[in-house]
Amino acid sequence: MRMNEYKMDIGLEIHIELSTDTKIFCKCSTQFGCEPNVNTCPVCTGMPGALPVLNKQAVRYAAAVGDALNCKINTISKFDRKNYYYPDNPQNYQITQFYTPICENGYLEIDTIDGKKNIGIREIHMEEDAGKLLHNDLKNVSFIDYNRAGVPLIEIVTMPDFSNGDEVTCFLEKLRLIIQYLQVSDCKLNEGSMRVDVNLSVRKKECEELGTRTEMKNLNSFRAIKRAIDNEASRQIEVLKNGGIIDMETRRWDDLKEESFVMRSKEEAKDYRYFPEPDLPMVYVDDAMLKDIELSKPQFRHEKNDYYINELKIPEYDAKLITLDYDMTVLFEETVKICDKPKNISNWLIGEANRILKEKEWDACDIKMSPKNFAMFVNMVSEGIINSNVAKVVFEKMFLEDINPEKYVEENGLKQNSDGEMIKKIVQDVINDNEQSVRDYKAGKDKAIGYLVGQVMKKAAGKANPKLVNELLLEELRKDM
Amino acid sequence: MNRRTVLETVKDIKSGKIRIKDLIQECIENIEKKDNTYNAFISLNKENAIDRAEKLQARLDAGEDIGILGGIPVAIKDNILVEGLKTTCGSKMLENYMAPYSATVINKLEENGAIIIGKTNMDEFAMGSTTKTSYYGETKNPVNIEYIPGGSSGGSATAIGTDMCMVSLGSDTGGSVRQPAAFCGLVGLKPTYGMVSRYGLVAYASSFDQIGPMGKTVEDVALTLQVIMGCDSKDSTSQFNLEKDYLSTLSKGVKGLKVGIPREFFTEDLEDSIKESVINAAKVLEDNGAIVEEINVGNTEYAVMAYYIIACAQASSNLARFDGVKYGYRSMNYESLGEMYDNTWKEGFGEEVRKRISLGEYVLSSGFYEEHYLKALKVRRLIWEEYEKHFEKYDLILSPVTKVSGIKLSDDVDSVKLYMDDLYTVSANLCGYPAISVPFGKNECGLPIGVQIMGKSFSEETILRAAFLLEQRNGD
Repeated sequence: MRMNEYKMDIGLEIHIELSTDTKIFCKCSTQFGCEPNVNTCPVCTGMPGALPVLNKQAVRYAAAVGDALNCKINTISKFDRKNYYYPDNPQNYQITQFYTPICENGYLEIDTIDGKKNIGIREIHMEEDAGKLLHNDLKNVSFIDYNRAGVPLIEIVTMPDFSNGDEVTCFLEKLRLIIQYLQVSDCKLNEGSMRVDVNLSVRKKECEELGTRTEMKNLNSFRAIKRAIDNEASRQIEVLKNGGIIDMETRRWDDLKEESFVMRSKEEAKDYRYFPEPDLPMVYVDDAMLKDIELSKPQFRHEKNDYYINELKIPEYDAKLITLDYDMTVLFEETVKICDKPKNISNWLIGEANRILKEKEWDACDIKMSPKNFAMFVNMVSEGIINSNVAKVVFEKMFLEDINPEKYVEENGLKQNSDGEMIKKIVQDVINDNEQSVRDYKAGKDKAIGYLVGQVMKKAAGKANPKLVNELLLEELRKDM
Repeated sequence: MNRRTVLETVKDIKSGKIRIKDLIQECIENIEKKDNTYNAFISLNKENAIDRAEKLQARLDAGEDIGILGGIPVAIKDNILVEGLKTTCGSKMLENYMAPYSATVINKLEENGAIIIGKTNMDEFAMGSTTKTSYYGETKNPVNIEYIPGGSSGGSATAIGTDMCMVSLGSDTGGSVRQPAAFCGLVGLKPTYGMVSRYGLVAYASSFDQIGPMGKTVEDVALTLQVIMGCDSKDSTSQFNLEKDYLSTLSKGVKGLKVGIPREFFTEDLEDSIKESVINAAKVLEDNGAIVEEINVGNTEYAVMAYYIIACAQASSNLARFDGVKYGYRSMNYESLGEMYDNTWKEGFGEEVRKRISLGEYVLSSGFYEEHYLKALKVRRLIWEEYEKHFEKYDLILSPVTKVSGIKLSDDVDSVKLYMDDLYTVSANLCGYPAISVPFGKNECGLPIGVQIMGKSFSEETILRAAFLLEQRNGD
């Protein structure tokens, strides 16, 4: 396909669940994964007579994101009602900010193959999340869980400034880190705490005006977003090349089939009958709040990176990997505070920790190990109390269950054996039992030493100090040479 | 009971002259005797009320203070939630809806010793001024059973007028407390918007709704207001207000107050006897040292139009939650979600409610929002500015409450005419001002007439003083 005649314009609508303790308009908990309808009250289930009361923490979080994205923060913003009927929406209207959002006109700089580029932020507004419908097709019934109803959301609307999927991914990764560093959301696409809708249109390169756009929903990973963008651009170009026109429609991405389907056509577009929310007064962001946001601004990724490299003296590669996840930086820094061996700590994080995270498909926030136990563990390794093979086993146990490494090693008899006499005895046994390997070594086959070391370790139940084993084995072998 | 005021009764209860249980029994007997005829109540709270009477009596006998409404039977309009009692809003939609919590005003009443006797009939979802749109049948006027009690808080008015309770709560969105008070010869107050918490009041038009007390006397109403008012953390539109002792200032008189009477309110269709009552009331105020002058308030007919556009628009959104999904009525007749919504709506709501919701959805729909809803908001703003100017000069505005002094149950009044009859009452809701209806004079058939006194926001004290004076001189 000759893509190069066309270019694409992409804009994003990003919903992010704020990690406030309570919901946006009532005092119910926002905890994820509870029994259905445990976190509900008259307000978030749309009982008659109930009224919303705004959670100030949500306002602060939204303003902090706006500040980090270089937005103008409106001193006064307002809430509106978006009216539509759906069972997951208990009041059959959503309280949102349609006419006057809390933040406007910002930007975020990203790195592209053509250098740096600013992506415009049109607005950030606050709104409430809906509940969840659970369908049982066998029994032909549906259940509603309102635990999520009323969880605070911000919606970030960008300008149509992206030219390809790579720019989108780069932007989203940067945005996610900023928000995680601000600690206002965990931004998990797979759990729905970050949801991205892609608005995409294509046009001939020489054409000044934007083409007709479609909106793509149900994008549950960065990879799905990238695939959906490429697929939708191709689809639109194909339609245009065949003389067709693009319908302004909402499409749903199916990542397994790698194609999208029409969800809602323009004709079916809803009239939301927006009007100002009469139950809530205006939202004020005063100087005190702005000052507080400024003062509590965290170190963002590049600042932390510099700090790790220059002050903690860890390699750039390690620093980059650790700062890729805010929770990882917390674990790293807290551990360094207790045990001043940054390099040793980062080694375990970028090595074993990353391996287990990938294997378990976990995020850093799922790591169970506490900085205290981790620090204790690093000290034990560097003091030679456990050998490196045992260390890996202990690390994984601690990583998954936060066991106390000292206690664990003690109880399971995993301490490194540095008893020279005992190891010497094993070495002699091994030499006696493996004449062939000994001959091989003496004949110049250096590899044979590895086998012999392995045999010694095996006899010592893996606990022998490997350095000592090596030394003693060489000593014994050289005796007869 | 019929000659005792709340304050006197509370004193008699304290002194032991009246046993609380006897008072409650008397109300229940009245209900059992008369309510088949009057239909003031949708549901009763008999057992709980008696039980509570006994408990309060025990506390009182033990020397405890049981509150300034200690032992007083109160009726509650059926759009205010009382935990454990049904809240129907006069609708089939909520026929079996059990309130899961109590409104803030109910908690305040109970903390102050009041006893909830039952839930009163009303126009469906407070949409109406006759109490005839109720799914639970019409209510009769306590003064003359051939007449309507007015509405939408008709049941709350009739319950007082027939001694089935001593005071009651209504809700006033466009005159729903004041108009039935006028028709039934009672006192009804719409407090300043934000003075009384709306938490637990089923919303009709959120920008206008206010819970208001109704009673036989200005004093009863002032006392009840004192109990239910106050800023509430559960209602973001409730406002800071100082605790006031309205009772102590009631008899201070009106000397030096400036009172305006809007010229435009004396329309051709205003009944002569009402006109006369307003003029007589003005004279009484003047005789007692007030300065009364005629004023112009501009295009009053736009007030009614702006009111209905805003109220219906908000209602269309507020009532959307009654969809058959979570609680309330659900049609048995559906194949799809859309059909369930549609049929629940058609079968659960009465005609007037459906009409107002449709009108509300229309004025909010894309392409009409600017020319209807936004324009209505602008009109509201202009009306408010006009009144604010008058309140720089005047303390009070005196006017009629209604255009006619009574409507027969058998009369079939066209609904647009009924809407236009709200002319005198809607301005207080549009602007958030407090306004009271107090009986003053009678028509040739002996039906009571009410006059309205409106003041600027949070001027309840002044309004109550003027109303108290008129009450003393009524029938002179």
